Amino acid sequence: MHEAAICEALLGQLTTLAARRDWPRLQEVRLRVGLLSGVAPEALEFAFSALAAGTVAEGSALVFETEPARFACITCGEIDHDRLEFVCPRCGGPLRLLHASRDLFLCGVTPSSG
Amino acid sequence: MCRDCGCAESESFRVHSTSSGHAQAPFATADDGWHAHTADDGSHSWHRHGNQGHVQPILDANQRQAESNRTLFNERGIIAFNLVSSPGSGKTTLLRRTLERLHPRIGCAVIVGDLETQADAEALRPTGAPVVQITTGTVCHLDARMVAAALETLPRTGIRLLFIENVGNLVCPASFDLGEAHRIVLLASTEGENKPLKYPPIFNGAEAVVLSKTDLAEPAGFDRVRARAAVAQVAPGAAIFELSSRTGEGLDAWIAHLEALLPGSR
Repeated sequence: MHEAAICEALLGQLTTLAARRDWPRLQEVRLRVGLLSGVAPEALEFAFSALAAGTVAEGSALVFETEPARFACITCGEIDHDRLEFVCPRCGGPLRLLHASRDLFLCGVTPSSG
Repeated sequence: MCRDCGCAESESFRVHSTSSGHAQAPFATADDGWHAHTADDGSHSWHRHGNQGHVQPILDANQRQAESNRTLFNERGIIAFNLVSSPGSGKTTLLRRTLERLHPRIGCAVIVGDLETQADAEALRPTGAPVVQITTGTVCHLDARMVAAALETLPRTGIRLLFIENVGNLVCPASFDLGEAHRIVLLASTEGENKPLKYPPIFNGAEAVVLSKTDLAEPAGFDRVRARAAVAQVAPGAAIFELSSRTGEGLDAWIAHLEALLPGSR
């Protein structure tokens, strides 16, 4: 949800960053997304492809890195899992959520070479 | 450790491991924290560490207002609750029963949000507690700014418990802190036991989960044990109440829980 507003903010940061370093174009933009952030990568990607037109990020690839959540399995102990599925990937038992991030961060960019 | 490139987070010692495994100093750094190293193919990948790249300023603005609401609640000795659920889970009816039991013995007030109508506010007014209706138009959640505006119209003294009834929605309200002390999530027995597993962001962090409409549990085939287990998976530590606002079953425990949250009650 609120992907368009988040996208506008992201593009603002990318524009400032690129202007400071004279990058004419970006090739890749990397985001770190928490599983409780409420951000749907597909929706953000869709908004980004539309809103990036005419900016330094036009045509760049948006890459998501999911911040895993920490769960407790009664059989396997504490495990990290990159989906909020509540089913242990090892034993199939129920998982209890211990911690997941609610944040979204811009963590990396690759400027176009040449 | 930066998950993006494997380099150490220390400000004074930044050495990067490239994909070939060779340690390499970053070739450029700046006061904004961005730095880069050269990959095997000659491309330059820039990144930064920690939490410097927050890209949700809309939510940041909400967070600032929420903190200001929280300060105001504390100054006035108000305990604020954010009541969230799907539409039709029984928030308004539970509030009505709650106010009937507590107000005016313990001063209560309500801020209620809906897309349209004053219906919920009108349903609560006979309790005698001050009620403010926010109609959000098309907005699918309450935000901290709307709550701050509604607070202006409530009495400045005499309120000890403030119930903020959010727009019926299990998605968006999860991202908007209103400044409340406690989030309460309602789950009606007609909704099925798996709701907490389907909507983790709203259930996780709840102070209490109310399994409502227990009078309908049997005809709806609602398995209370499974529902409780689902809540415990997503929101460990949340208190769980099973109640029916219609029959009064379970209301005593809910009211006692609210009273126990008041300062000096334990």
